[in-house]
Amino acid sequence: MEKLVYIALFAPFVGSLFAGLFFARSPKNIIVGVVNPALIFISWLASVALAFHVAEHGAIHVTMMDWISAGALHIPFGFVVDEVSVTMMVVVTTVSTVVHIYSNGYMDHDKSFNRFFSYLSAFVFSMMILVMSDNFAGLFIGWEGVGVCSWLLIGFWYHKKDVTPDINPAISPSYAANEAFIMNRIADLGMLVGIFLIYWNVGSLQYDVVFKELPHLEDGILVAIAIALFIGAMGKSAQFPLHTWLTDAMEGPTPVSALIHAATMVTAGVFLVIRANPLYSLDAVSDVSYFIAALGTFVAFFAASMALVNRDLKRIIAYSTLSQLGYMFAAAGLGAYWIALFHLAAHAFFKALLFLGAGNVMHAMDDELDIFKMGGLKKVMRGTYLYMGIASLALAGLPPLAGYFSKDAIIETAFNEGTYVLWFALVFTAGLTAFYSFRQVFLTFDGEERYKRFGFHPHEMYRYVLVAMSPLAILAIIAGWFQDSFHEFIIKLLPEYEMSHHTHHNAWWLGLLVLFFAVSGIIIAYKKYARKGDKAFKQDKKVESGFFYKLLMNQYYIPAFYVEFIVKPYTAISDKFWAIDKAVVDATVDFIAKVIYKTGDSSRVIQNGNLSSYLNWMGIGAVLLILASAIAVVMG
Amino acid sequence: MIGISHYLILSGLLFSIGFIGVLRRKNLLMLFFATEVMLNAVNIAFAAIGNYYGDLSGQMFAFFIIAVAASEVAVGLGLLIVLYKKYNTLDLDIISTMKG
Amino acid sequence: MYEFIAFYIFAISTVILFLITVLSKNVLYAMTSLAGGMVMISGFFFLLGADFLGVVQLIVYVGAVMALYAFAMMFFDTTKDVKEKYNSPRLVFLLGGLMAVVFVVIFSAPIIGENLQVASPITNGVGNAEAVGIVLFTKYLVPFEVAAIMLLVAMVAGIILAGKKMDESLTTTVLPLVDKESEDEILKKESR
Repeated sequence: MEKLVYIALFAPFVGSLFAGLFFARSPKNIIVGVVNPALIFISWLASVALAFHVAEHGAIHVTMMDWISAGALHIPFGFVVDEVSVTMMVVVTTVSTVVHIYSNGYMDHDKSFNRFFSYLSAFVFSMMILVMSDNFAGLFIGWEGVGVCSWLLIGFWYHKKDVTPDINPAISPSYAANEAFIMNRIADLGMLVGIFLIYWNVGSLQYDVVFKELPHLEDGILVAIAIALFIGAMGKSAQFPLHTWLTDAMEGPTPVSALIHAATMVTAGVFLVIRANPLYSLDAVSDVSYFIAALGTFVAFFAASMALVNRDLKRIIAYSTLSQLGYMFAAAGLGAYWIALFHLAAHAFFKALLFLGAGNVMHAMDDELDIFKMGGLKKVMRGTYLYMGIASLALAGLPPLAGYFSKDAIIETAFNEGTYVLWFALVFTAGLTAFYSFRQVFLTFDGEERYKRFGFHPHEMYRYVLVAMSPLAILAIIAGWFQDSFHEFIIKLLPEYEMSHHTHHNAWWLGLLVLFFAVSGIIIAYKKYARKGDKAFKQDKKVESGFFYKLLMNQYYIPAFYVEFIVKPYTAISDKFWAIDKAVVDATVDFIAKVIYKTGDSSRVIQNGNLSSYLNWMGIGAVLLILASAIAVVMG
Repeated sequence: MIGISHYLILSGLLFSIGFIGVLRRKNLLMLFFATEVMLNAVNIAFAAIGNYYGDLSGQMFAFFIIAVAASEVAVGLGLLIVLYKKYNTLDLDIISTMKG
Repeated sequence: MYEFIAFYIFAISTVILFLITVLSKNVLYAMTSLAGGMVMISGFFFLLGADFLGVVQLIVYVGAVMALYAFAMMFFDTTKDVKEKYNSPRLVFLLGGLMAVVFVVIFSAPIIGENLQVASPITNGVGNAEAVGIVLFTKYLVPFEVAAIMLLVAMVAGIILAGKKMDESLTTTVLPLVDKESEDEILKKESR
């Protein structure tokens, strides 16, 4: 079994090295396009085998080698494959495999085809380290690894020029990549502080040791650790107020958005909270947990509201990702860790599918993303329409698709905890979710064929790509059906969360209420956007100049706020410091260099080529030496 | 009575004379003379110290120094002749080809 | 007492002769005084009981080396005085004087060497030449042979360096400094 763990972990790494070392500078090579997905698939096979093993025999703990051994600090390079990590592994490798195959089609004409695969596999490797590590240090390494890969991949088309925000809100891929990276630095500082606090107070970073020690710590320290770790999670999972990078990250290639910014990396924050559930379920940190739930709910609603008006295909999906992450945090904060993990897995499948569908549309529309310029695409893109329809239905939470089970469970949890405000917000958001996801589907695929006016000639994606997407579609449909067996599997590790009798009693009308909101959202979307002829959708100037529309369109002016109140003052301060730096630090360094240069320049005259003067210099040296020895004799 | 320090002081004085010659002279042949003076000064010191300790090693070193001096003169004079053929002078101020 | 007188006679004469060697402008004077000084130095060796060394000094230095110098001087123009430019005579004498003072100071200090081990004691009842021979061919055999080879090599080198183009007059004809073009030609010829 140990070998399987290593295979699952290192197969993507081998793929990354393979593509990176051998083909980095060569043009597109189909070998890379075959070998890399194959290696990820091997990793998937190993993960699934491990999942069955874990279900039968329990967790596997392997220690590969001693990694850091300094003084009292002892961190082995160890991995744990238990119920939580194996779930993540299967989710990550499933989505990765599909995305790898999909990229073959999507990146077909890109000149950096091999580089892309190298980065993508490196990302999978980092993500595997993140989820499999048995200590916080390893988690942090994976955490930073996925951050770096995310940076590389968002900025994949780094050669695109910077533009002004009114043309492209993300300005350029390299700008977006830097934004994501820097935002994550802020959060990672919090995470590091949390890890340091753990080490100071526990003396170890191993999960099992730390979690055993936690109840003996002081309340204040526990709260501090919980907050610090959650700040890290906020950055990675793009929770308010660190959320702006996620939508800008859509500048990356679409397979990247599907894999990193929807299915896996952004859920790392949720994973962290789930992983640290012994900490967050302590009574001492119940306030923090409640805050997590409240923030999650807020983000769920907040992001959904922005998705209502956005016209960018990928950004809408990005907002919905934000919103769903909010749901997961709500569940985790309320103590329903297994439900959060369940939603994480289900969400990964249908959201990746949604993104890949969006990628197909982009591919068909020559990278056009404005859904107002599309419409009626279902005629030419039947397969994609089907996939995106399924994914949107799952996202909207209609039975019997995956989203229905997982999201419903979260909403039920909010009801069960008696936090009715959160509950209602989540229910209402479910309605919004249904509306915006079908607004997007209808605007893209139904209604008038507006794309003809803009001269596009859409065409369906390659057939093998569509076939490769089918596993995700199937999973998006059936994943929810395994709720009970998943529950049984996961509660061996995660704390059980039972609905109270009262909730159980009310479950039917709660479900119906959510369903009502979702269905009405879809119907409104249909009426507004899917019709043809007289009632066809038209842009409404009056609505678009309204206050709320503008507010939502500009993302509540938060990016602008950041630019005005953080970026600009920071730039001003940096300029000042730069001047000081030039006057003090640079000047000092320059002075040293000048002194050395002058010394050399003035002592160069010794080298005049005259042997006699060399002899004189040697004589001076000899006399000095003899003097020194004489002094030594006299002294000694 | 003549002690070892007499010999050593004399050796030191002769060495200094040779040293002055090395520093002062620009003619290569004169420089050779000066080095001979220095070598002889050292020989005196070796012989004196060997005598003082009743040890023949001092004399042995003096022998080898004489051997080295002899070969140095042989090779050195050959080189001087070649130099003189090339530049028609032995003055170091004129033969300053090592200018960097 | 004789030793005392002899030492001072030898000492004063060597210092004076060597000073002439170092300061004289005439090469011939310098060489003659150098030869004289070396004779005087052999006197020190006899005083110190190193008879063999003294004899070697006379034969090698005064005989061979000085003869070599004398022959070499025939190549050079020695009738004229040597013209030399003294850049910083004060510095030279300052350094030399300083060195002398330091040596005097060091050597007039009482020698701390009582615990020195005698490496090759002089065997009683054997003459100096015999003793030297015994030590030279036992303890110092390898250095002795190496010295022999060195002398041989030096001889060959001296002959080759001085012997090339012996037929050309050195004092009258001046070879032109090798210029770039002819250097190239020489290289070409050599490569052929």
